[in-house]
Amino acid sequence: MSKHHVSTVINGDPVEFLCETQQTLLNVLRDDLNMTGTKEGCGTGDCGACSVTIDGRMVCSCLVLGVEAQGKSIQTVEGMANGTELHVLQRKFLEHAALQCGICTPGFLIAARALLERNPDPSEEEVRFWLAGNLCRCTGYNKIIEAVLDAAREMRGA
Amino acid sequence: MTTHQNSTKAMKVVGTSPVRPDGIQKVTGVAQYGADYSLPGMLWSQILRSPHAHANIRSINVEKALALPGVKAVITGKDFPDHKFDYVGPERVAVNYWHMTRNIMAREKALYEGHAVAAVAASTRAIAEQAIKLIEVDYEILPHVIDVDDAIADDAPLLFPDMITRGVEPAPSKPSNIAKRTEFKVGDLEAGFASADEVVEMSFKTAAVHQGYIEPHACLARYGADGQSELWSSSQGHFVVRGYTAKLLGMNLSDLLVHPAEIGGGFGGKTVVYVEPVALLLSKHTGHPVKIMMSREDVFKATGPTSGSSMTVKIGVKKDGTIVAADALLKFQAGAFPGSPVMNATMCSFAPYEIANTRAIGLDVVSNRPKSAAYRAPGSPISAFAVESVLDILANKIGMDPLKLRLKNAVKAGSPTSWGPKHSHDGFAETIQVLLDHPEYKKPLGKNQGRGVASGFWFNGGGESTASVHINEDGTVIIATGSMDVGGSRASMALMAAETLGVPYEMVRSTVADTGSIGYNHVTGGSRVTFATGMVVVDACNKIIDELRLRAALMWDVDVTGVIWEDGFAKPADKSVGDFEPLSLKAIAAKRAVTGGPIGVEASINAGGNAPGFSTQFCDIEVDPDTGKVTVLRFVAAQDVGRAIHRKYVEGQIQGGVVQGIGWALNEEYIYDKNGRLSNAGFLDYRIPVASDLPMIEAVIVEVPNPLHPFGVKGVGEANIVPPMAAMANAIYQATGCRMTELPMSPPKVLAAIDAKNG
Repeated sequence: MSKHHVSTVINGDPVEFLCETQQTLLNVLRDDLNMTGTKEGCGTGDCGACSVTIDGRMVCSCLVLGVEAQGKSIQTVEGMANGTELHVLQRKFLEHAALQCGICTPGFLIAARALLERNPDPSEEEVRFWLAGNLCRCTGYNKIIEAVLDAAREMRGA
Repeated sequence: MTTHQNSTKAMKVVGTSPVRPDGIQKVTGVAQYGADYSLPGMLWSQILRSPHAHANIRSINVEKALALPGVKAVITGKDFPDHKFDYVGPERVAVNYWHMTRNIMAREKALYEGHAVAAVAASTRAIAEQAIKLIEVDYEILPHVIDVDDAIADDAPLLFPDMITRGVEPAPSKPSNIAKRTEFKVGDLEAGFASADEVVEMSFKTAAVHQGYIEPHACLARYGADGQSELWSSSQGHFVVRGYTAKLLGMNLSDLLVHPAEIGGGFGGKTVVYVEPVALLLSKHTGHPVKIMMSREDVFKATGPTSGSSMTVKIGVKKDGTIVAADALLKFQAGAFPGSPVMNATMCSFAPYEIANTRAIGLDVVSNRPKSAAYRAPGSPISAFAVESVLDILANKIGMDPLKLRLKNAVKAGSPTSWGPKHSHDGFAETIQVLLDHPEYKKPLGKNQGRGVASGFWFNGGGESTASVHINEDGTVIIATGSMDVGGSRASMALMAAETLGVPYEMVRSTVADTGSIGYNHVTGGSRVTFATGMVVVDACNKIIDELRLRAALMWDVDVTGVIWEDGFAKPADKSVGDFEPLSLKAIAAKRAVTGGPIGVEASINAGGNAPGFSTQFCDIEVDPDTGKVTVLRFVAAQDVGRAIHRKYVEGQIQGGVVQGIGWALNEEYIYDKNGRLSNAGFLDYRIPVASDLPMIEAVIVEVPNPLHPFGVKGVGEANIVPPMAAMANAIYQATGCRMTELPMSPPKVLAAIDAKNG
């Protein structure tokens, strides 16, 4: 079976890869492109650890085929910081101790950024519902919610 | 041992909440977890698992799988060395390698759905997946048993036809599924119950629940042609991974170097091995590095949940609230091999209270489920659900505030335990008092709302740890331990080191070293690391302070007794020593070559003096009478931690433990079909709490310092998961008048209870 040739853009950079028909975008990112910042927690779209955005839309990369990246623009956690300058959300996650083990953190960061792009001033309830597709087993979510609300405040300049 | 630590001195950095040393890696995706490692020439492995709950394995034919292009090796249970049938180690955590090797890979029998029966190594993941489908296993399906009460029935199918219950004298003549009986007894139960004004006896059931870490088990193994091998593994203790893997494969410990991958959650479930021996044996057979990643389904089906249970608890109180007698029968599912945490439960069940007459009997029962593994305060939350529910009923009967009932009977330093030594610490009463004083505790509730309280005990741990401290050439500091960082312990180690040395937190960097670079450390578990590893970090820092004083004495040409260490500087003890400017770490490090060379020490400890953890919690809930759904409105959790080293990570442990408890209380359960197959092996159907299910959890940190730790640490990770299930059940009772006796208290069960009550 021959592989598919896919041309895409990842974190602003043009990327080409070959993938099998059934290969997920998550597997392409992790196994073939060595972008292991995107995590696999379930492989069935239930935990959000593999969240990325495709043309600005948040998806579980385990539910997207590699070939679907053709002609699209993908954002992963590796593209979140600007050089050594962390994204506000990354900084707030650290300041608020919003991660314990950290395995869910890349997915939460991607999801939280997608929220704040749509709603710069979310209520606690809106944050909780937006992030309900991302599982964290360590923190009880308290500090994640606090970090996102604090990041939103700073990004609004409030 | 803490000659330099003045405990009355105000702390400069301990108790603050700086950013963790490994933080940047974890928010940028750079941190490498178990599945993130790869090596040139690496093969992928897949494991074939039994579709049957209980079956004899007549034969396994691997020829077709081996013939598939790209397949490099197939192994089965027979490829692993066998082990003597023998229980080793302390009884509470005894290990039997005859069982362990059979859990890693089945031999004579498959004992649960998901039991590994063969493994393949192939050049790609897809080929490995294809290959396991070509393995032919001839099973003879046997009758199975899932429920713990069914498993101890006379006609139950036996998992091991020769299993004679341990801990019973004289030994039973007939085999059964009861692996072991444990009993702790104090006083005269009969007289105790006779003196009670109110007695309540009730039976409870709890479901098996999974630790639910988001990272599936994963490792990469490389076997060397000379036998020297390496493992990259995500675990709660890479020294324990080394120990188990080497033992199971018959290797010397020095021939196995284990690198600590970052761990994506463990909660007790990553203190054992599943995939590491398989990957290493496949690497040995192929000469290539081999990687294994478990799927989420495999994690649910084949790694340890904690036990489900069936329990009966009877407690008697006087009208004034004195608990006079307590009796418990605790039957725990061990899974397919012995080793449930029932012994812990028999010890913890009545441990928070001073009761003159108690008995707790525990049965460790095997059934056709995955072997249970540790889960946060293993055993204690299960028995606490029963005990703390019965106490609530008794408090109602005698018309006493449930917190005051607990306060009246709370153990303190000097109180007896059922297992021998006296309690040596206070801290429990303080967790109750802080809630009695909490402004929200007396706040009135609305319709269909209820408030519940419960308390919990956990031993907390000490044990073996090693740490090293090095003063770098520029005077900055590196500390290394062998304790995996599951939730910010690098930061707490650096905080304790910085406090001891009297230098800023940012001058101390903290790492987790591999098994070749530091001495032995036991697992990150039992709430032991900040206590025991923290203690040895402080010990190592004190040793290096002695060394720094010696170097300063050489530089000044004075006797070392004339040099003191204060706030990060070597100073003359008094004016008689001489008029010297204080020496910084940088100044001393600059002269290291002429004062004795590199400045570093390693210290080891088998830490005793650990103090138990107590948590008391209250929650307000609302029950929807039409659906049975329970909504958590407020949750306040007080816990005595001794001393909070990194305040926010201490809060986070309490919040995280409570939320795991909420999941255990309301949703989580292993559901089996009639064929003994797990029906909900995924996060969609095994539903752990999500952000929208929850309110903010208020963590109330109580600090009654442990005098046997240099900073007063007791531990924080576990006691917090003990009370939530009973607290929720007690709140549901207040809201509905229905006493829930089975976990989880999911909407159908709560609705059925409401309907039954309303007739």
